[in-house]
Amino acid sequence: MSLLSFRGVSVRYGSHTVLKDVSLDVAGGEVVGLVGESGSGKSTLARAAVGLAPVTTGEILLDGRPVPNRGRARPVQMVFQDPYSSLDPRMTVGESIAEAMRERLGKEARRAEIARLLALVHLDASRADDLPVRLSGGQRQRVALARALAARPEVILADEITSALDVSVQGAVLNLVRDMRRELGLSMLFISHNLAVVRYVADHVAVLYAGEIVEYGPTARVLGAPQHDYTRHLLAALPGAVRRTSSGNGRPAPTSALKEQT
Amino acid sequence: MRAARVLLRPVGFAGFGLLTVVLLVAVFGPVLWDGRATVIDTGDLLAGPSGEHWIGTDNLGRDLFFRVLVATRLSITLALAATAIGMVLGVVLGAAPMLTGRRVARFITSAVNVLVAFPGLLLVLFFAVVFGVGARGAALAVGLAGAPAFARLCHTLLSGVSERDYIAAARIAGVSKFRILVRHALPNIAEPLIVNATMAAGGVLLTFSGLSFLGLGVQAPSYDWGKLMQDGLNGIYVHPLAALGPGIAVVLAGLAFNLTGEAFAAAFGIDVIPGVARVRAVRGAAGESAGPAVAAPDPEPGTVLSVDGLRVTIPGARRPIHAVRGVTFAIRDGEAVGVVGESGSGKSVTALAVARLIEEPVRVDANHLVFAGEDLMAADDPASLRKRLGTSLVVVFQDPMTSFNPAHRVGPQLAEVGRFHQGLGRRAAFARAVDRLHAVKLREPERRARQYPFEFSGGMRQRAMIGMGLMGTPRLIIADEPTTALDVTVQRQVLALLGEVRGDTGAALLLISHDVSVVTEVCDRVLVMYAGLIVEELPARDLGTLARHPYTRALVAAVPDMETDLTRPLAVIPGTPVDPSDVPAGCAFAARCPLADDHCRAVEPPLQADAAGNRVACHKAGWPLPADSAEVTV
Ligand SMILES: Nc1ncnc2c1ncn2[C@@H]1O[C@H](COP(=O)(O)OP(=O)(O)O)[C@@H](O)[C@H]1O
Ligand code: SF4
Ligand SMILES: [Mg+2]
Repeated sequence: MSLLSFRGVSVRYGSHTVLKDVSLDVAGGEVVGLVGESGSGKSTLARAAVGLAPVTTGEILLDGRPVPNRGRARPVQMVFQDPYSSLDPRMTVGESIAEAMRERLGKEARRAEIARLLALVHLDASRADDLPVRLSGGQRQRVALARALAARPEVILADEITSALDVSVQGAVLNLVRDMRRELGLSMLFISHNLAVVRYVADHVAVLYAGEIVEYGPTARVLGAPQHDYTRHLLAALPGAVRRTSSGNGRPAPTSALKEQT
Repeated sequence: MRAARVLLRPVGFAGFGLLTVVLLVAVFGPVLWDGRATVIDTGDLLAGPSGEHWIGTDNLGRDLFFRVLVATRLSITLALAATAIGMVLGVVLGAAPMLTGRRVARFITSAVNVLVAFPGLLLVLFFAVVFGVGARGAALAVGLAGAPAFARLCHTLLSGVSERDYIAAARIAGVSKFRILVRHALPNIAEPLIVNATMAAGGVLLTFSGLSFLGLGVQAPSYDWGKLMQDGLNGIYVHPLAALGPGIAVVLAGLAFNLTGEAFAAAFGIDVIPGVARVRAVRGAAGESAGPAVAAPDPEPGTVLSVDGLRVTIPGARRPIHAVRGVTFAIRDGEAVGVVGESGSGKSVTALAVARLIEEPVRVDANHLVFAGEDLMAADDPASLRKRLGTSLVVVFQDPMTSFNPAHRVGPQLAEVGRFHQGLGRRAAFARAVDRLHAVKLREPERRARQYPFEFSGGMRQRAMIGMGLMGTPRLIIADEPTTALDVTVQRQVLALLGEVRGDTGAALLLISHDVSVVTEVCDRVLVMYAGLIVEELPARDLGTLARHPYTRALVAAVPDMETDLTRPLAVIPGTPVDPSDVPAGCAFAARCPLADDHCRAVEPPLQADAAGNRVACHKAGWPLPADSAEVTV
């Protein structure tokens, strides 16, 4: 079980400070939600962990050692928001996944491994030969997850992975995230601006505001009894969630039955 | 498939045809006509055009027409060789910054920029002198001189591709820089690169002929078109065709490359939605400047938009795509109507069709389409219709970045609407633009008006877009996923702003969203679309509780909210949406519906209204859903 630890991380671009002294731990097997408005630095924090953003001060450690950003072994993997930009349009699904594998495998072994990874994300093995154009947004996002898993990561950074998806698909991807976490014991930093989504998948929540973490705690506590004004503000901004209680007019609550599904 | 599209354009057809002829002559010319081009006719030196020698003879009495044909091979070969040299060098220089350290990269990029700024011809002459007179030296010179432009193009294209997440993903996976370049970056810029090389080949041909003409290129006894022109120059006043003949060949061949390249460029750059005009921001719909030009069947008084039997058909590669298959609805003055449904259900296409933003070859049919008393289906070219419609119909798109012209400052883009539709002067229009930016609560509107779209955040762009809509007095605002790309707080502000705007102007709103909760909060009524049809219409406040269509109920259930049961998997809608080019018989939702039976699969349920005016298209509307539907994943 691995611990991803941000210690006093600051990221500065020129004179513009994007992250200020951020400290955050993602414990082994745990999902930490990261919420905050766009521009608050959520993606930068994730990108810094995989070497895509320059860390000005502070350090990012995996089990006490700096996260490796060289060589083939990359225990921290990232999944991106836009499934239409995150797969090379000219590579088949199988090629994309194989590229992320740690060791070179023989043809047969590779095929089997691709099939195993596709099965993990509930895709048929025959999809390996498809180009991304043949896939829907939700399917692409599954492939992106499979590619991340191909590197046998200890931590996955999921950056708004459901924001570009239809609600009908979002649910399936979120279920998948919960399955994977349960079955593979993955740790995850789950970034989203959707509080209901974070509430559903995360054990702990960190609230980022203007590059600083203003609140952190167990999900139920942070979203149920927020301490910081900004967190309260975020909660108040939720679209007046449809109150889906079976209203007293005798009709069946339409959702109850469908919820049994899956 | 794309190649076929190239040939279908007149430009492509002409260019491709011409290029084929030129290449055939290049390949077979010397084989077929070398004899006739070299035979010396001492009785006919420096003759003018005649029946025997169409464009005359040279100083040895050789037939010039055949010499031009035979020269095609050398001219084209040299041009292609020079282009290839330029391209290979350009790609190496352009790609090097991706592989080297930051310092070296910066040095290469600046060097390339300096060279690009250098006059091309000077560069060619300089290199020609360095490499010495002759065909090989000239090819190197022309190629080298062309390299900087290719390098810059390559660099620009690569920078664009490098931003894509799949490159980042490859880096995170530990793929080497070189492999990323070769496997991901280069293949994805190959198309534009080759298209540009094709067009450049035309220019290279011209430059090369110039060199030969100056005596720096091909040397006797070899000859290319430039050399022939040089030879013909002496007699230009007596026998102009001797010099013009090879000149015409140069022009034709150059044109062949250019037109072909251009046709390919047009085909590759084709819009994602063919036929949907890439119109900017806000486009008008009904008559401010001019009154209603066409008397329209006035539906009901107080109705701002009335749509009856709207169908949109997109010509597809194999089969036509029926994106909208007969949609009927109306919006009353000041009303807010939401449209929900999965992507691909036809929401956006409906909105674009209503705003008349769809052009050929996409077909829009409707029994009627009336906006503010004006018949939008009346034959009319969309441009003049839009002008007449003025600013009373406003469209706000999901991503305002694509709706603003990135090359212009924001203020003037707003002002343009005022000048175009309201006949305001430059100053008045700009003042109004600033005022409108203020109205949508942008801080420091004067300063903002002078900034470019990319200097705005997503939320600010969306406000500016709405501000653009407020240059006039809208009667209907069509907003297609206006908040999807924004986060909760900004989303909230934009929705509040739309609300305020409606309060101030009394405009109606057609809000398209896949977010059921947003629609519930903002709208009075909701249309639910599936597979290009409206399957249910009901008051927004009843969406969560009183929806009767299984699809609507599934959509609502799929959205997690702050009360969702954490111990269970989230509800999902099994299966995938219908392929709009292959809609099944019967109910389109049957394959995913827990209530479907044979009757559903055979007979399409009609959209039926009840006494309250709510509509639903389902044979089993309101039936309880089975509790134990099979386990499914999308
Ligand atoms: N240019 C196009 N080429 C092919 N199909 C298209 C094109 N534009 C739209 N469509 C199809 O039309 C249908 C409706 O699309 P759209 O209106 O964008 O749906 P929505 O807005 O509900 O997501 C979809 O199936 C989509 O694939
Ligand atoms: S008509 Fe039948 S298949 Fe279609 S939604 Fe209603 S019950 Fe389901
Ligand atoms: Mg859409």
